[in-house]
Amino acid sequence: MVAKPTVRHVLFNPVFENNPIGLQILGICSALAVTSNLKTALVMSLALTLVTGFSNLSISAIRSQIPSSIRMIVQMVIIASLVIVVDQILKAYAFSLSKQLSVFVGLIITNCIVMGRAEAFAMQNPPKLSFYDGIGNGLGYSFMLLSLGFVRELFGAGKLMGITILQTVNEGGWYIPNGLLLLPPSAFFLIGLAIWGLRSWKTGQKEPAAFRITSHVRAESY
Amino acid sequence: MSERKETIGRTLSVALAVCLVCSVVVSGAAVSLKPQQQENALLDKQRSILRIAGMIDETAGSAEVQRVFDQGITARLVDLQTGHFTDAEDPRTFEPVKAAQNPSLSRILSPEQDVASIRRLERYSVAYLVEKNGEIETLILPVRGYGLWSTLYGFIALEKDLKTVSGFGFYQHAETPGLGGEVDNPRWLSQWPGKRVYDDNGRVAVVMLKGGVNPANPQAVHQVDAIAGATLTSRGVEHLLHFWLGPDGFGPFLQNLKKGEA
Repeated sequence: MVAKPTVRHVLFNPVFENNPIGLQILGICSALAVTSNLKTALVMSLALTLVTGFSNLSISAIRSQIPSSIRMIVQMVIIASLVIVVDQILKAYAFSLSKQLSVFVGLIITNCIVMGRAEAFAMQNPPKLSFYDGIGNGLGYSFMLLSLGFVRELFGAGKLMGITILQTVNEGGWYIPNGLLLLPPSAFFLIGLAIWGLRSWKTGQKEPAAFRITSHVRAESY
Repeated sequence: MSERKETIGRTLSVALAVCLVCSVVVSGAAVSLKPQQQENALLDKQRSILRIAGMIDETAGSAEVQRVFDQGITARLVDLQTGHFTDAEDPRTFEPVKAAQNPSLSRILSPEQDVASIRRLERYSVAYLVEKNGEIETLILPVRGYGLWSTLYGFIALEKDLKTVSGFGFYQHAETPGLGGEVDNPRWLSQWPGKRVYDDNGRVAVVMLKGGVNPANPQAVHQVDAIAGATLTSRGVEHLLHFWLGPDGFGPFLQNLKKGEA
């Protein structure tokens, strides 16, 4: 990371250069669970972006007051409170969507992206910059979620945002949907492909191999 | 990190302050949004009843849901054991699914009885009546049962002969999307209206048929095309209808109602 991060840098760097899902491999659980259609992916992205932004903001604002012995639990309390507030708001104003998202909004609390940004960025940087960093990482997460939601809903159900694009056979059309795409494992494959694509494009993201497989040796026969 | 902020007193006071602020924020949000949330939950239930009964379409706004429900539907509490209407609880707030978890309002089903795999059966359930000139036009009953992964929660709407389906559908389940999840497919649901759930001897006769229903078959009126690739979910749907329309479910109530003695 550069010495003095700029707003532009912290806001857009996490989208391609340092994507929380693509490079840091965080937040995979929810990325599998809520991306079977675009609408839930969108709401989840919004919720996570807001939570990360505001948790970074509030943690950064009190960062010089937090004793280091209890800093994790303080971050956790703040994040949990924000998530509950978001969940309550969704239940009050977007009831059917909150029903579809079920536990996953609540599970933002344990989403490593939020905690990771609080610990890695907000504890060292001023509030405004931290806020943008949170929003930026939320954007990176959203970008990945929306791409997954787009592919999975379009080819898995022939729809986008619930509107029929490819008329499926079950509804009297021609398109035979790929049912696998509606199941969580398909998101694994898609995320894998996305990471492959991302690292072929931005070769700097390639990690050195942790170990090398040595060539096969055969025991001497004697 | 300065020395001063690591003292025990300092740590405790920061912890206390953070907890105080957060609890005020959380309880503030919970309390102020509660009325709105309760209204949503009620509206959601009313919407699914009306949608399954075919009285509104998908896009109806909340004002319309409320208006149609208040004007057209009467909720009555039914004692499942005796099969009579009762006033033991308020039908507007009574929740059969919750009551099934309450030992004083429910009983354990024996494995032979429990064809729908719901384990406990509530004493009372709620029937929704659409009446015209004092006579029942449509009767909407809550049903539930286990599919492949999850319990399916839905409603079945019967016409005034109390054996012809006028609408059927689920409002909550977690079956496999694209396979068992096709219980929500409007095309599959559209074959239900007109089907007869009881045969001429008054036995529950509805079956899910693999490989399509032949309309020329005299039994076709009891048969519904099973969902492709979802044998267990289809079986679950068949079982739950057999349970809820049978002797442990709404069977006695429907018989009383037919005789005019409910």
